[in-house]
Amino acid sequence: MKLLIKGGRIVDPASRRDFRGDILVSDTKIEKIGENVRAHADRVIDADGLVVAPGFIDMHVHLREPGYEEKETIRTGSMSGAKGGFTSLVAMANTNPPIDNAGMVDFVLTRAKETAVVKVFPVAAVSKGLEGKELTEAGELKEAGAVALSDDGHPITDSELMRRALEYAGMFGLPIIVHSEDPQLAGNGSMNEGFNSTVLGLRGIPKAAEEVMLSRDLSIAELTRGRIHFAHISTARSVELIREAKKRRLTVTAETAPHYFSLTDDAVRTYNTNAKMKPPLRGPEDVAAIKRGLADGTLDVVATDHAPHTATEKEVEFDVAPFGIVGLETALPLIITELVEPGVLSLMDAIAKVTINPARILGLPLGELKEGGVADIAIFDPDEEIVIDASAFASLGRNTPFHGLKLKGHALYTIVGGRIVVDEGKLSVP
Amino acid sequence: MARRIPSRYRSYRSLIERGTLKSGDRQRWREWGRTNVEAVATKPVNTQTGSRVKWNRKDLLGLEDLTVEEIELILDTAESFKEVSTRAIKKVPALRGKTIVNLFFEPSTRTRTSFELAAKRLSADVLNVSSSTSSVVKGETLHDTLANIEAMKTDMVVIRHLSSGAPHFLAARCRSSIVNAGDGMHEHPTQGLLDMFTIREKLGRIAGLKVSIIGDIAHSRVARSNIWGLVKMGAHVTVCGPATLLPPDIHKMNVTVASNLREALAGADVVYVLRIQLERQNGKLLPTIREYVRFFGVDKEKMRAAPPTAIIMHPGPINRNVELASDVADGPNSVILEQVTNGLAVRMAVLYLLAGSEVTDETSD
Repeated sequence: MKLLIKGGRIVDPASRRDFRGDILVSDTKIEKIGENVRAHADRVIDADGLVVAPGFIDMHVHLREPGYEEKETIRTGSMSGAKGGFTSLVAMANTNPPIDNAGMVDFVLTRAKETAVVKVFPVAAVSKGLEGKELTEAGELKEAGAVALSDDGHPITDSELMRRALEYAGMFGLPIIVHSEDPQLAGNGSMNEGFNSTVLGLRGIPKAAEEVMLSRDLSIAELTRGRIHFAHISTARSVELIREAKKRRLTVTAETAPHYFSLTDDAVRTYNTNAKMKPPLRGPEDVAAIKRGLADGTLDVVATDHAPHTATEKEVEFDVAPFGIVGLETALPLIITELVEPGVLSLMDAIAKVTINPARILGLPLGELKEGGVADIAIFDPDEEIVIDASAFASLGRNTPFHGLKLKGHALYTIVGGRIVVDEGKLSVP
Repeated sequence: MARRIPSRYRSYRSLIERGTLKSGDRQRWREWGRTNVEAVATKPVNTQTGSRVKWNRKDLLGLEDLTVEEIELILDTAESFKEVSTRAIKKVPALRGKTIVNLFFEPSTRTRTSFELAAKRLSADVLNVSSSTSSVVKGETLHDTLANIEAMKTDMVVIRHLSSGAPHFLAARCRSSIVNAGDGMHEHPTQGLLDMFTIREKLGRIAGLKVSIIGDIAHSRVARSNIWGLVKMGAHVTVCGPATLLPPDIHKMNVTVASNLREALAGADVVYVLRIQLERQNGKLLPTIREYVRFFGVDKEKMRAAPPTAIIMHPGPINRNVELASDVADGPNSVILEQVTNGLAVRMAVLYLLAGSEVTDETSD
């Protein structure tokens, strides 16, 4: 089976190429990339006016299976990812039971193989049961297929455990993805601490809750020379701390999520539980700093922290609603509208944040377009305006603060290992 | 259906025709309604244009949203209702046939009693539903709880809830008028209104007064409602309390933050003392109640820093000799019981105005 993608703007951050050309896909691999590829193909996609990029990699999603299949399954999450242009999803370990042993890693990979329409890479827990007390078997987890370790959602408060985890996981080349939050400082807060929390009478989560843990972990990274990847960075000071750490050549990387460069805590003013996530939406100065951090490379990755919940769970009083929003089907339009259009990032650099950068951090042989490479490809229209419609999501989660928003950027084709899973914007697989 | 002010209070004849009033109500109505409430409920506010302010909100959720005119309308309406409670027959037929539900998810004696009595004096049918636990704990959502109550065709729901924003959540999803009777740490609008009513009654005005609010500002919905209302009405509000009990960026609500009690009391026309939740004393927010009393408890000695004419207010119930010494609470400057009396009139006004904003098909009469 041969697939020819014709006349698209090919943007490949790994090779820094940006040109108008064709890509010939043969079975699962990219056979040829060039300005004028002549070949007989079974299928031709006319990509005139479209961007052809490496398939996106979301290194931070919650697929909820096993344990919370009413929120999302590996299958529905993968379909949601495909619709957003993602060909690889990195699934967090806070399922029920958590992914803290090789058997559970195997379960996720098996379920993914059976049901998912995109690639799924499991993250395993740092500590058994995500309890922050005892290390998991990192070596076995790595052999089973885990690409990183993380207790995401459960901050590691025990500094010694953090130190030992970095030392031990480092032995197997596994990065640790850190959810930076001091649980005591965060208390039972439900939004950013500031004027808005005062007016709304909601308990606040101060920025310091993120920053003190981040500072601690930078010190531990220095001590251990371990590889830390900081998840969902939300504050200006966090960006500064990471920037400084990188200058000092610490082996740390970081991601932010689209909502942290698109929204401020003003979005909570109507007690909208779909604007409730952890870390919480911050102030305008933080949004500006996040954008600067993305622009200068302090923040390496954009990951969605896709966190589906049922409508019933979210349709409650603000302080009792669960944290988290879905993100896979809004990430591309937010990146285009909030980062590329205003000139925060070039299209090339923006694509790098969801392709080659996460691939390198996780050591995945993905995220680039090259002859002989895997044919994971996202084709999108960067100029098409779309209106976000949560009810049309492939995800089971409808919990988005972006519903009804008009944004630019439409993922039209998603090709996973040479297979077209999204065709003209619609899922094309059973 | 168009939402508009019903005409039912404009013409007595039309009320009889529509069966809203029985002929037996005629005398009582004449004595009171037409000359009193009707007059203020359409009080002219702009003498130049002759436009009249009217109430056209479905819900009362907080004072943050209200205009000065709306606040004045409520206070003026309350003035006429205050007289009702002084009569031998303390009842008017204004809300006859209406059903009001008091839905209280937090224990509260005085606010619930005040709303209940207000509704009864307006001749409404009142239903009290209390639950000490959150509906979520029971496994039923808040929305389900209200949907079940609404299914019995209620007109108004007075809600007290421990979660900030719970009334807003319901107001956006329900047909009934929602009255916020205190939500979490957010707002307690009728308390703010009755406090403003009391200040206006005692001191003749609100604009230009120095009102000092003392105590646990961070967790206080009473403080927030008072700040919104008083600042809008032109008062200078000062807040004072332990640093651990002041919410972040409170100064952006256009209040002065006093660094100590003496500074807050100096020149104050109104000293508003908040209740200290004794359970706050978990060792992180307050070292001891004893220390709180020493530095922030308002007593006769400390009140010497305030002008001798300053009035003392408190939303109740008082922790005697904790935030407020008994000699001050019971002293000549205390208006605490008058706040309670006025609360009834203010709540009658609120229920009355909200009922009047109901949807009607009638075009005009």
